[in-house]
Amino acid sequence: MSVLEVNNLRKGFGDTEVLKGISFSLEKGQVLAIIGSSGGGKSTLLRCLNFLESPDEGEIWVDGKQLLSDSEEEVRQNRLHFGLVFQNFNLFPQYSVLENITLAPTLLKRSSPEEIRKRAMGLLEQVGLTQKADAYPYQLSGGQQQRVAIARALALNPQILCFDEPTSALDPELTGEVLRVIRGLKNGGNTMIVVTHEMEFARSVADRVIFMADGVIEEMGTPEQVFDDPQSEKTRVFLRGAQEKF
Amino acid sequence: MFIPVTMELLGGFWESIKVFVLTLVFSIPLGLVVCFGSMSKWQPFRRLSDTRLHALSKWMPLRLVTRTFVWIIRGTPLMLQLIIIFYGPGLMFDLPSMGRFTATIVAFAINYACYFSEIYRGGIESIPQGQYEAGQVLGMTKSQIFFKVVLLQVFKRILAPMSNEIITLVKDTSLARIIGIYEIIWAGEQFIKKGLIWPLFYTGAFYLIFSGALTILFGKLEKKLSYFRG
Ligand SMILES: Nc1ncnc2c1ncn2[C@@H]1O[C@H](COP(=O)(O)OP(=O)(O)OP(=O)(O)O)[C@@H](O)[C@H]1O
Ligand SMILES: [Mg+2]
Repeated sequence: MSVLEVNNLRKGFGDTEVLKGISFSLEKGQVLAIIGSSGGGKSTLLRCLNFLESPDEGEIWVDGKQLLSDSEEEVRQNRLHFGLVFQNFNLFPQYSVLENITLAPTLLKRSSPEEIRKRAMGLLEQVGLTQKADAYPYQLSGGQQQRVAIARALALNPQILCFDEPTSALDPELTGEVLRVIRGLKNGGNTMIVVTHEMEFARSVADRVIFMADGVIEEMGTPEQVFDDPQSEKTRVFLRGAQEKF
Repeated sequence: MFIPVTMELLGGFWESIKVFVLTLVFSIPLGLVVCFGSMSKWQPFRRLSDTRLHALSKWMPLRLVTRTFVWIIRGTPLMLQLIIIFYGPGLMFDLPSMGRFTATIVAFAINYACYFSEIYRGGIESIPQGQYEAGQVLGMTKSQIFFKVVLLQVFKRILAPMSNEIITLVKDTSLARIIGIYEIIWAGEQFIKKGLIWPLFYTGAFYLIFSGALTILFGKLEKKLSYFRG
């Protein structure tokens, strides 16, 4: 059974429809890459999944449970099925790296302080930043900050971890370290949705690829299907454009 | 002459300090209330958005009233406000006088609350949306986000403008003489009748020492918060 099922998700801002009925599903342990040109609605989709925007219509099922709700408290609980890593990290500047990771689990009283701390140190090891546990965000490079943000999201054990262009704010030489961490998470069996402009990365890490344009899923399939044998003209034009850039 | 002058000025300065401290005690929290009012998004006619009266639906009365009030208070002299608050209730509504000192504190507290509220608002609005969203995504409640994520960052950002405003308050306390508070400059002026000018310079020394101490205090606070950026 799919861990995630999205049915006919719609979202508009004022008069503009940004998501025009998005439906897809994702198996446990799979990685879904979402590609598409600017303004196609990729961020809006991730923000809906994390309840930063409330969809106008549609359903979000995780493990057979419908998550959309009108109650603020239910939304707060339900969004914990998902984690979100932002393009510009959004670490909390006044907390050390370790505190950034332990803050939410501590507030949610997930386990004892020692347990939370131990787990946070484990996550820091996983992203290769044990040395930086006591540093503050401003003391880190962009790539290091993003790796902390990933550890922070993982600390709550989300069933599905979402990334919104996790390397777009980074200098080119720093993208590799972040992509390596994401790849490592896939090998660890994490279910993930990655919005990215890194086509090579999408091809190599994803089990499924979605191409979004103008608020609809234009093309969906395995990386081979989408990248090597696209059915839609829009996809072909987009991929050609993406190739020329590199 | 030095000892009696000092005693007289100390008496006046004690009044100034009382005005200073009580104004801060009331205006710092009151400023937060005013700030929330001026940021309020309350739209009582929101439901009308799909009707012909849709222009009303965006109306935010609490915000409008608060911002107008802040505009009036910040746009007119504190001296005028002092006089109106002291004499106004009696002349306009036949109310018994609240007393010089109470009137002074009321006028100062309202005036400074309005200035503080704008500083708070600037601080709160300068925090990037991403900080709130990061907190939300991590399952924090609204109040957890405010107290655990946003507050200290706001505090750091408003420290410099607050210290400016508070040092201005030290000197503004002298305005209270207009409704008969015997503060330090008035005390110093008494000696002009006796042909002495130096007591007035001497009052300046009191102000300098006090604002100097405040500057050092704020500098220490700023240093304490320099362990992070943002
Ligand atoms: N809060 C909002 N209010 C109004 N319009 C919005 C809002 N958020 C997004 N939009 C609009 O929705 C459309 C889709 O935006 P979105 O950010 O989801 O695109 P995207 O696919 O993530 O693009 P990019 O690759 O540039 O990040 C854009 O036209 C954008 O202007
Ligand atoms: Mg985007």
